[in-house]
Amino acid sequence: MSPLVTIALRFGVLSLIAVGGVTSILPEVHRVTVSVHHWLTDAEFTQMFAIAQASPGPNMLIVALIGFHVAGLPGALVAAGAICLPSCTLAFMVERVWQRFRGTPLRRAVEAGMAPITIGLMIATGWLVAHGAPGAGWTAYAITGATTVLVLVTRVNPLWLFAAAGALGLLGLV
Amino acid sequence: MSTTGPPIRPTLGELYRGFLATGARGFGGTLPWARRMIVEERRWLTEREFIDLFSLCNFLPGPNVSSMSVIVGARFHGLPGSAAALGGLLTMPLATILTLAVLWQRFGQLPGVDAALRGVGAAAGGLVLAAGLRMAAALGRTPRVLVFLVAAFVAVAVMRWPLVPVLLGLAPLSVLAAWLDTLAAWRGRA
Repeated sequence: MSPLVTIALRFGVLSLIAVGGVTSILPEVHRVTVSVHHWLTDAEFTQMFAIAQASPGPNMLIVALIGFHVAGLPGALVAAGAICLPSCTLAFMVERVWQRFRGTPLRRAVEAGMAPITIGLMIATGWLVAHGAPGAGWTAYAITGATTVLVLVTRVNPLWLFAAAGALGLLGLV
Repeated sequence: MSTTGPPIRPTLGELYRGFLATGARGFGGTLPWARRMIVEERRWLTEREFIDLFSLCNFLPGPNVSSMSVIVGARFHGLPGSAAALGGLLTMPLATILTLAVLWQRFGQLPGVDAALRGVGAAAGGLVLAAGLRMAAALGRTPRVLVFLVAAFVAVAVMRWPLVPVLLGLAPLSVLAAWLDTLAAWRGRA
């Protein structure tokens, strides 16, 4: 199967199960692109995540980057479309129905039930990205740990932390 | 809740430009910028309407801000409105990321770039971990929350199982457990 078709089908399905946004499906994107199809290495996945996080715009852009890596410009556009359009179509159709369920116990149960799963998947994404540089020494883990703590306890802009981490990398310390 | 429309009704061009500005500014996630643009700067929706919209987009699958742009566009101008808003949101980020992709393909193998990105990648992982931990703390540490949070994490990050069967297995159980929690809380109050 052509990679474009594979991307469209795989990412199209993921679009509809991306509860809580694209971060939840990144572990699955990692599994499909790194382990199943070998389009990327672990390290490349982490690099793309770094590029996507350090540039402006919605988090979904990592998907366009991966598409570009696999199949050039068509790959990027197909990947972005596949991750956006199914869920956007759903949003377009669901909006009016949704207002009717405001404050009902069913809606609250669905929201309360999905929240822990969403967050578990988010932490899984951070975990997989932090493990994504094989051969990287303990400093990579130290940077991940330090960033986690600094973001939790201070109000520092994460872009400064990215810049500092990039500088440490340039100095050959990671 | 009042039934009056939002204070200002945008045209198609304004929808495109409003979301264009949002997409161009969104460092570290676009959602806070979307709120600022929609509620404070352009006053298309009231705060209350925005919160409803936000909870819907959190509930829907897919990129939250894209869903939000589609719904806001649809509310004012139907399908053309959705297209204008989503197109505006994605124009700048797509252009930026594609430029970066080309640069990365050409220069990514240089040792300096490679090393710097390894560092940034480690920090980016930390940023996501911190966001997840903060949200986990806000959920409250009930056994129900912990069980499903840890189960989702282990299934995907440790076992590396595919997401679709994991969600099909976990989501119904988790919603059912939350439903029982809600019922119990109601009975306790009655």
